Amino acid sequence: MAAAEIAVDRATLFEFLTRMGDNTLILGHRVSEWCGHAPVLEEDIALANTALDLIGQTHFWLGLAGEVEGKGRSADALAFLRDASGFRNALLVERPNGDFGQTLMRQFLFDAWHHVMLTALTGSSDPRVAEIAAKALKEVSYHLERSGDLIVRLGDGTAESHARMQRALDDMWSYVGELFIADETDRAIAGAGIAPDPASLRPQWEAIVGEVLHEATLKVPTTTYVHKGGRRGIHTEHLGYILADMQFLQRAYPGATW
Amino acid sequence: MYAQLVKSEGKKSAEEMSPEERAFQDRVDRGEKIEPKEWMPEGYRKTLIRQIGQHAHSEIVGQLPEGNWITRAPTLERKAILLAKVQDEAGHGLYLYCAAETLGISRDQLLDKLHDGSMKYSSIFNYPTLTWADIGAVGWLVDGAAIMNQVPLQKTSFGPYSRAMIRICKEESFHQRQGYDIMMKMAQGTPEQKAMAQDALNRFWSPALMMFGPSDKESVHSAQSMAWKIKIDTNDELRQKFVDQTVPQAEYLGLSIPDPNLKWNEEKKGYDFSEPDWTEFFEVIAGNGPCNRERLGARVKAWEDGAWFRDALVAHAEKDAARRAAARVAAE
Repeated sequence: MAAAEIAVDRATLFEFLTRMGDNTLILGHRVSEWCGHAPVLEEDIALANTALDLIGQTHFWLGLAGEVEGKGRSADALAFLRDASGFRNALLVERPNGDFGQTLMRQFLFDAWHHVMLTALTGSSDPRVAEIAAKALKEVSYHLERSGDLIVRLGDGTAESHARMQRALDDMWSYVGELFIADETDRAIAGAGIAPDPASLRPQWEAIVGEVLHEATLKVPTTTYVHKGGRRGIHTEHLGYILADMQFLQRAYPGATW
Repeated sequence: MYAQLVKSEGKKSAEEMSPEERAFQDRVDRGEKIEPKEWMPEGYRKTLIRQIGQHAHSEIVGQLPEGNWITRAPTLERKAILLAKVQDEAGHGLYLYCAAETLGISRDQLLDKLHDGSMKYSSIFNYPTLTWADIGAVGWLVDGAAIMNQVPLQKTSFGPYSRAMIRICKEESFHQRQGYDIMMKMAQGTPEQKAMAQDALNRFWSPALMMFGPSDKESVHSAQSMAWKIKIDTNDELRQKFVDQTVPQAEYLGLSIPDPNLKWNEEKKGYDFSEPDWTEFFEVIAGNGPCNRERLGARVKAWEDGAWFRDALVAHAEKDAARRAAARVAAE
């Protein structure tokens, strides 16, 4: 821990931690929008459970971010009182839910990244990061198993489900690359052994995703274009609306406790 | 709870019963549990299907008014608690549909009846959740009323229903506590928060009293259900218990119950209170509550939009089975 703090400054570590916590916060928010509207009762339960895990992980990541920052901001202050440009989530997780296939595809592509990332983070030089990663990994292993299984079943289901899943994959694909691009922060964090270089995760991610998509009879899109910006605070129009919902009470009644 | 106006049949006297019916009634009277494969009167089966089905539907429709505030919950902790609660409710729906299935009706059949309006869900879920305090009021009052009814139902005569109730009651008491805790925070909060809490109580009080169903005088179907131990207490008994329990809780919060006639009656050792507006109740049951169309519309839309998903899972399972069968043949 001490070594990590010497190796990178607080601002850099804070940046890394908000990237982790904002991904889980925004995806958790999106998933929770399904509550009561899923195609079958078991999916309502599974989605609520996934959202619950992600919100729980947010609490840890943003809690640590606030601690590292040292300005007295709690996880709640970070979640509810930053504006969109302060958010560091990847664009993928703020994509609208679309149909259930799009929600699942977004989840699967993210889960596969999340799983390889957390696995690497369990060996972080910062024990606080390693500890959160170990807890989250148990949950995310289940998320990946579930989303991967559904991708296979829907890809190799009916003609309609196949077409919907291929469309979902094509729509989401160009938002994935951002997760693997390293910037100054990532290089500093990797240099200190806190987290892996994002690019180094790509082969493992491709192995997981490739196998599932193959079994699902889905074609890997050929586009190489990458939409990016979320991880440095340049978001899509969607994030503003997410925050308008999420932050409403904290903004309308400043200083109230709930 | 969540079962109101469940139609049953008139109660039979001992002389009117067949020998089988008499033997069945004796078992119920002795407190034995009736299990799915055992003989039961057709009326018992039908009434239970209506009651358990209505209860299950209430759990799943009940996700909607609370789900309405998940994305706007004010802290990460409140969001997590609310998600956990709504997830529990979907789980309750699942146990209850399973209990109903043991009586020979499938979940899909029950859902069709919900969607076409021939089965109901509790009237309470046709009221909107307008502020965060409503989430507190729903937990405190709605789950509080539900517990009032469900605790005695743990002793109901039908085994699967009784066992589902035992599991459900454990979770419901956590739900009620979290609701009360939200109310507490708001009642002790800023003037705006306190006003929101009072407003939520004002709007939910009467609909919560309606959850127990019409007065015993009007409730023609109770006698048979009570003889069968499908219903344990009368509507008015439960309503009285609920009021007696809730008034001191409201006082502790510093909120006032919106009823000018509310008064302690020393003689009956309980509160006197105004009857809820039964005209409104029957309007809501008839489909004219503030949210009936939205709630049922949301469920129907979820079901229709999800058809491709459910079809695909079936198609995949069939393909998978065929592939495995072919592999077995090839191996032989």
